[in-house]
Amino acid sequence: MDKPVIVELRGLVFEGRGHRAVDGIDLVLPAGRTVILGPNGAGKSVLLRLMHGLLAPTGGAVRWAAREGRVPRLAMVFQKPVLLRRSALDNVLYGLLLSPAHRHEARARLRERAAAALQRVGLTHLAARPARVLSGGEQQRVALARVWALEPDVLLLDEPTASLDPAAIRAVEDIVAGIAEGGTSIIMTTHHRGLARRFADSVVVLEQGRVAEHTPTQEFFTRPRSGAGQSYLQGETA
Amino acid sequence: MNLKRRLYLAGALLAACTACTVPAQAQEKYITVASTTSTEQSGLFGYLLPIYEKKSGVQVRVVAVGTGQALDMGRRGDADVEFVHDKAAEEKFLAEGFATRRQDVMYNDFVLIGPKDDPAKAHGQDILEALRKVAAAKAPFVSRGDRSGTNAAELRYWKAAGVNLDTAKGPWYRDTGSGMGPALNTAASMNAYILADRGTWLSFKNRANLAIVVEGDKQLFNQYGVMLVNPARFPHVKKELGQAFIDWLVSPEGQQVIAGYKIGGQQLFFPNAKP
Amino acid sequence: MDWIAASLADAARLVFSLDAQLYSIIGLSLMVSLASVSLATLFGGLIGAALAVTRFPGRRSVVVLLNAAMGLPPVVVGLVVYLLLSRAGPLGPLGLLFTPRAMVFAQFILITPLIAALTRQVIEDAWREYEEQLCSLGARSWQAALTLLWDTRFSLLTVFLAGLGRAASEVGAVMIVGGNIAGVTRVMTTTIALETSKGDLPLAVGLGMILVGIVLVLNAGAYGIREWAARRYG
Repeated sequence: MDKPVIVELRGLVFEGRGHRAVDGIDLVLPAGRTVILGPNGAGKSVLLRLMHGLLAPTGGAVRWAAREGRVPRLAMVFQKPVLLRRSALDNVLYGLLLSPAHRHEARARLRERAAAALQRVGLTHLAARPARVLSGGEQQRVALARVWALEPDVLLLDEPTASLDPAAIRAVEDIVAGIAEGGTSIIMTTHHRGLARRFADSVVVLEQGRVAEHTPTQEFFTRPRSGAGQSYLQGETA
Repeated sequence: MNLKRRLYLAGALLAACTACTVPAQAQEKYITVASTTSTEQSGLFGYLLPIYEKKSGVQVRVVAVGTGQALDMGRRGDADVEFVHDKAAEEKFLAEGFATRRQDVMYNDFVLIGPKDDPAKAHGQDILEALRKVAAAKAPFVSRGDRSGTNAAELRYWKAAGVNLDTAKGPWYRDTGSGMGPALNTAASMNAYILADRGTWLSFKNRANLAIVVEGDKQLFNQYGVMLVNPARFPHVKKELGQAFIDWLVSPEGQQVIAGYKIGGQQLFFPNAKP
Repeated sequence: MDWIAASLADAARLVFSLDAQLYSIIGLSLMVSLASVSLATLFGGLIGAALAVTRFPGRRSVVVLLNAAMGLPPVVVGLVVYLLLSRAGPLGPLGLLFTPRAMVFAQFILITPLIAALTRQVIEDAWREYEEQLCSLGARSWQAALTLLWDTRFSLLTVFLAGLGRAASEVGAVMIVGGNIAGVTRVMTTTIALETSKGDLPLAVGLGMILVGIVLVLNAGAYGIREWAARRYG
C-alpha cells in the first residue's frame, strides 16, 4: 500500500472484568477507508475506543502519525447517535464550540459552518427542529454533520448503520463517502457486508480480540486469507 | 459560549431574587423586645404596638418565647428590651449586670383551669388549698415545664402548698415542656387541671370541657416588669429607642392604653407602674 | 367532623376576603423559600453535577455524607444558625438574627444537600448516555457538567420544586432564627404553629390547606412543564 500510515498499534491489550477484549493486536493502518469486521464480542468496539483514547490500554500502545506536524484530529460517531436537547443546528454548533481548531472563530462564522454541514447531509429543512425528536436516520445524519463540520483528520465510526432502515443506511453511506473524499481517513466497524464491500479500501477481520487478517477489500471478498474471514463471509448475510 | 451566557443570566436572576427578599430595613427604625408567649397570645401586643408605632415611628419587633428563654436572649445581647413576668428571674438578670434598672409595668392574674365537673373538688378562692386537693386526688394536671414565668409561679404555689412534687409526682402530673397555648391544648384533650394566665385563657378558643376553677386569690397576682438590656454590656443595643419605649409603657399615656385592652368587655392587664 | 367544614370555611374566608395580613404572610413565605431554594440550586446544582462527572479518591464518602445531610433535622440546623447569628456568636455583628435573611440562610443550609444529591442522580444518569460522545468531542469535565446541567434542565426543574416544597413546609429552623415576629418574620408555617398554640385550630388547618394548595399547584405546574418538554425536545 502506497498511502501514508496514520496509526500504528503495537501489542495492544485491553482487559476488563476478567476478560481480554483485545488480546495482543499489532496493526498498521494507512490513510483511506478501513473497515473492521468480526462477530459480536470480537472486540471491534473496544478496539475503536482504544484507538480514539476513550479507553486506556492495559498493555501495548496506540501511536498516531503526526499530520502536518501536529497531532491528528480524531472524531467518532457511535451506533446510537447522542444528541443534546437543542436544535439540530445547535448540536452541530456545539461540536465546533468545543473544537480547539475552531472555537476561536467568530460565532456567526461557526453558525455558517454548522449550516453548511447540515446542508451537506441534506437536513437544512430540519435545522431548527429539536434534534431528539428526529427519526433515527435523521439523528445519525446530524451526528455526521457534527463531525463533518469539525474537519477531522480521522473519523471513527462504530456500527453507524446498525439500527437504521435501508434508505437511511444508504444516506449514511453517501455522507461518510463524502467525508472521505474531503481527505478524512475513515475507520469503521460494521456488520453490513454490502456496505463494507462498496465502501472500504481494506478490511480488518477480528476474532476473539486478535487480528485474523488485514486484506484489501477486493481480495478479501473473493478469497479471504483467514478461517475467521471465511466464516464471516459464509455466516453473515448482506 | 451560549451556555455560559445563559448561566450568568440565570445566576443574575437568582441573585436579584434573593436581594429582593429583604425589604429596605436600613430606613426603618426598630427595636427588638424579648417577651413571653402569654403576653403575645393574650393579644396585648397586637393592640398596643400599633398605637406606639404610629406615635413614635419606631417598629417594635417582639420575639415571644418563654420567660427563661427571653432573659437568655438578653444575656446574649439579642434583644434591646426585656418584658417578662418573673420577678425573681428578672432580679437575677439585674444582679448579673445585664440590665441596670427594672420597672413594674402591669399585672394580671393567674387562674386555675380544670374540668367543669371538678373531680378534685378544687373549686374556690384558695389556690394553695386547691392544689393540695388536686395532688391528693391525683387528678390529671398539666405543667408547662419550660422555665416560663407561669411555670415558675406554678412551682412556687406547689411549694407553698406544702406539696413535694418529687415524692407526689406520678402519672397524673404531666410535664409538657411547652408554651401556654399548647399546654392548654393538651389539658383540653386530657381534661386536666392547669395553671394559666387569664389573658391567654380568655383568648383561647379550644376550651373543650374546661373552665375556671380558682380565681381571685391575691397570691395569683402576676407582675410584669420591663428592663433595658445594658448598653454598657452590649454597645449595639438601641438604648435611646429602647428607653423611649419603656418610658412610654410606664407613662400615664401608655398605662392608659394597657388598661384599655379588653377581651369580651373584660380588662386583662392592670397597670401599676410607679411614677 | 364539622371542624373540617369550619377549617374550609376559614380558609375560604381568608383567601377571598383578600386579607392583607394573610397575603403578606404568604408573600414572605414564598420569597424566603424561593430565595433559599434558588441559592441552594445554584450551589447544590454545581456540587451535584461536579460529583456526577468527576472521579476522585474519597468520592464515595462524599456521596454518602451528602445523602446523610439530606436528613439534617431542621430544628438542629435552626439552633446552630441561631448560635452563629446571635450577638454572642461569631456572626453576631452582621445583625442578621430575627430577619428574613437569617431564615433564607438557615433554609439554604437545609435544602442544598437535597438539591445536590438529586442533581447528582439526574446528571449521573445523563452522563451514562453522554459520556463517550462528549469526551470524543473534547469536552473537559467542567464543560460536560455545564452542558448536562442545561440539557437536563426539565428534570432539574422537578428537583427545584422538590426543594421548594421542603422549604415552604419547614417550620423548625425558621421559627428559631426568625423569631416569628409579626409582620417581619412570620411565615405560613410559623403562623400555623402560632394559631395552633392559641387553640384556634380551624384557622390553623385553614392556613395549612392554603399552604398545601400552593405546593400542589407548583407541582402540577412542574409536571405539565416536563410533559410539554418531553414532547417538544425529546
